[in-house]
Parts: sequence; C-alpha cells; structure tokens
Amino acid sequence: MDKIHSHRQVAAIKHSLFDQGYLDEQFIQLEELQDDANPNFVEEIVTLYYRDSSRLISNLDHTLERNPLDFNKLDTLMHQFKGSSSSIGAKRVKAECTLFREYCRARNGEGCRRSFQQMKKEYATLRKKLETYFQLARQAGPLETAYRPK
Amino acid sequence: MAAAGDVFRQGLPEVGAGKLHVLAVDDSHVDRKVIERLLKISSCKVTVVESGSRALQYLGLDGEKSSIGFDTVKVNLIMTDYSMPGMTGYELLKKIKESSVFREVPVVVMSSENILTRIDSCLEEGAEEFLLKPVKLSDVKRVTDFIMRGEGKKGVEKSHKRRRSDDCTPPSPSALHSKKSRLSI
Repeated sequence: MDKIHSHRQVAAIKHSLFDQGYLDEQFIQLEELQDDANPNFVEEIVTLYYRDSSRLISNLDHTLERNPLDFNKLDTLMHQFKGSSSSIGAKRVKAECTLFREYCRARNGEGCRRSFQQMKKEYATLRKKLETYFQLARQAGPLETAYRPK
Repeated sequence: MAAAGDVFRQGLPEVGAGKLHVLAVDDSHVDRKVIERLLKISSCKVTVVESGSRALQYLGLDGEKSSIGFDTVKVNLIMTDYSMPGMTGYELLKKIKESSVFREVPVVVMSSENILTRIDSCLEEGAEEFLLKPVKLSDVKRVTDFIMRGEGKKGVEKSHKRRRSDDCTPPSPSALHSKKSRLSI
C-alpha cells in the first residue's frame, strides 16, 4: 500500500508541475526515452542542464554589468540558454528567455535586467521542485513493484 | 572486397551491416546527450561531436590527411545543429557537400528557430531535412527509417530537382510531407 501511495504522490507532483506551467510536453518526451537500462535518464539530463547552464548564467550576469550593454552578445548567450531550457521542457524559464531576447532586440537594458532576474527565480524554483520530484520518484521505485500481487 | 568506387558512395548502409552510423554535431552538452539517446533508441550507432570543426576532423575533411583515405570513416547520416559558435551547421553542410567522399551522405539540420530563409538555404544547399528543436523521437525515427530504406541514395537525382518541387519524384509520401511541411510554414 505504501508503494502505491508514493506513486500517487509522485504523480500528483508531476501533475501540478504541468498544471502550473513549469514543464511542457518536452519533459514527457524525455521520460519516454527511459527504460530499464536507462531508468534515470531525465534526472541525468536535468542535472547536466543545471550544471552546464550555471556557466551561461554567470556569463550573462557579467555581460549585463557592462556599460554600454552588448545586446548582440546578450542575445547570443540567451539563445544558447533558451535552447537547453527548451530541451528539458522548462516552460516558464523558456518564456522568460523569450522575453529577454525581445528586450535585447528592442535595446531595452532595463527590461533585460528585469526579465533576467525573473528568469533566475523560475530557474531556481524549478530546480527545487524537480529535485523533490526525482527524489520521491526514486524512493517510490519502479511502478511495477507497487502493483505486485501478494 | 570494396571496389574503389565504393569508397565514394558513403551514403548507403552496407548490406547486412544492420545499424546506421550517425554523426551528430551540437555545441550544447544537453542536446548532445538527448540526440544520442534518441538515435540509440532508433537502433543507430552514434558518434557525437561538439563542433563543426570536430566533425570535419572526424570525417578526415580538415585537410590533415593527405591520402584519399581507403580507411575513411563510414557514416550513413549526419545530424547537425544550425547555430554553433565558430562553424555553423550551414557551413558544415556546405563543406560536406563539397567533399567527393561524403557529398552523398544525407545531412539533417536542426534548429530551435523557425526561420524560413534559413530552412530554404539549408535545403537548397542539399540538406535532406530541417528539424525544429527540440527534436522528437518520432522525427529521428522517421529520418532513420527513410535512410534505412535506401531512399537517401536518390539524393543525387533529387538535389538537382529540389528547387522544382513539381518535378520531384516523390521518394515516399511521409518524407515528402515532412519536407513540404517545413517549406510551407
């Protein structure tokens, strides 16, 4: 019974992540690539994303401190970051990236800084939520064991 | 024994070889891991590199080797990201199509940006297909199935007709649809 309850919990968390727009279809696409031989593929990809993108984010931070702002460089960096975010299904983060790029094209430095701050918030929130989700999913174990007849 | 001419026909999987060998090129580590998984699930042997220049190096097209290379690497499909620092996917595509050894290898370009002029120029330059990122398993399966059926070998005939879509001999309904769906956006 415990196992079934854990699985329901995991499903509920996942459901709310989608409901609240944190994740999109791409996350599901990635989950479908998991199998017995690669049961933690999505977690590995997400871990890789957070590790890799931290470099891009600090690069963006430094570039935003310059005066005058190099909008082309900012746009290029954000394009890379948006790409990776899109690849893991990070819907809200991706939306902020799009907004940021629009501000870049409009040469609006204040707008860039604002949306960058907002993006970092979404990025951090998603990380915490996904950490919880993956931890619970690992604890719950493979779905089959929950329904194994006694 | 492979005849001398076979060295130049890199596009076809060898009879009985089973798996396609795909070279994937992307500067994003996340995207490299994803495309590798998509290709492995589609039963392909995969080599992944992080840049156009690494890809050319791998293929032996970087000007380092002086010999024609009877020991050239065998690749059935190249999938490359478009936006990469240094050499873009478009520039890589051009270099591959300029090569006598690799020009018949189908090249698929991937991009997160849906820019019609970009898509057009890649197809004009001889790209087999242009995929929008994030790339799905269904996209990869469709492309690899298409290549496995050997329809990639029509690349030589098709490349001259690519601009005149009326005259195009339809290779297969699904492949033509995918190309049209890219062009009709």
